[in-house]
Amino acid sequence: MIYLKLFWSFFQIGLFSIGGGYAALPLIQNQVVDLHKWLTMTEFTDLITISQMTPGPIAINSSTFVGTRIAGPIGALISTFGCILPSCIIVSFLAFLYYKYKNLKAIQGALEGLRPAVVALIASAGLSILITAFWGENNVIPNFKDINYISFLLFSASLIILRKFKPNPIYVMAGSGIIGMIVYLIK
Amino acid sequence: MNKNLKLYLKLFTSTFYLSAFTFGGGYVIVPLMKKKFVDNLKWIEENEMLDLIAISQSAPGPIAVNASILLGYRIAGFTGGLISVLGTVLPPLIILSVISLFYTAFRDNEVVNAALKGMQAGVTAVIVDVVISMASNVFKEKKILSVIIMIGSFMATYFLKINVIYIIFICGIIGVLTVYYRNKGKQEEKNP
Repeated sequence: MIYLKLFWSFFQIGLFSIGGGYAALPLIQNQVVDLHKWLTMTEFTDLITISQMTPGPIAINSSTFVGTRIAGPIGALISTFGCILPSCIIVSFLAFLYYKYKNLKAIQGALEGLRPAVVALIASAGLSILITAFWGENNVIPNFKDINYISFLLFSASLIILRKFKPNPIYVMAGSGIIGMIVYLIK
Repeated sequence: MNKNLKLYLKLFTSTFYLSAFTFGGGYVIVPLMKKKFVDNLKWIEENEMLDLIAISQSAPGPIAVNASILLGYRIAGFTGGLISVLGTVLPPLIILSVISLFYTAFRDNEVVNAALKGMQAGVTAVIVDVVISMASNVFKEKKILSVIIMIGSFMATYFLKINVIYIIFICGIIGVLTVYYRNKGKQEEKNP
């Protein structure tokens, strides 16, 4: 029963991928490429590329992609459902606990310790994205010579606009996409 | 009932719209959520949002999905959680279903690639912007411990590549211990 297999595989991916994003990649590869041979390694690499090009979490993108290719639209729905079911159950329970107990002294203390850590985690992800945007993914040691100046200019302009006018970030993202498309195509 | 339906619809459209624009990984959802739910709709405060992100990060599953469940629960209980998870999952589900049919053409398309390269710069600016705002809030509070936790966690995750789960666990414990010692200090003042 292919639907059941898809569901169970992506249920495990959803359950064990803690920490988000790329933490899920080895798990997905193990289930999809090694165990079930639903994708070849080349197709899996393509999937990662496409996930980077489209919105949404990589786990959801994978479940939809694999589901569609193995068992059509219903396969996509079932895989995606399997992938988010663990989150739905566990996080709903955590939400319940958080809103019930967040006024306890100990919980407040823990959260006070966590908030600056979360800012640091976002900053770290931001710095990695920044290095990829300026120097590509070839692990070049950051220097001024190899910087992608189009990317640098777009970034600087976007940041100035964001700090000064506080627009909706979605417009800034879409705008830099359109300008980038024109500039890169002409070049 | 009518009021509830309106709230559900607002929740669904907001999460759908945000999810359609989370290019470039889980944390991109943070600036988008801040703008929409903290600044515009004023459904939650910035500190509460940081709590929700911390919980999302420590639970299994994608951060964007987890954060939307938490937010939905906050606004409209378990039903709210279900509605916002639906809104978050639908955009990638629809987009990937379509793209999986002709993915090689999409992957190699020059126009798509050029637009994405431009967008990457914009996404970076959006994240850097929210980091500047949040980090300066931490500095403004003038709590030495928070500043140390922030800088220490950054070093631990960026340079030492320590697993995020350990960082969250340790910072949580530091927070609990601080409260414990603060209280103990106060009690000793009262009964010397």
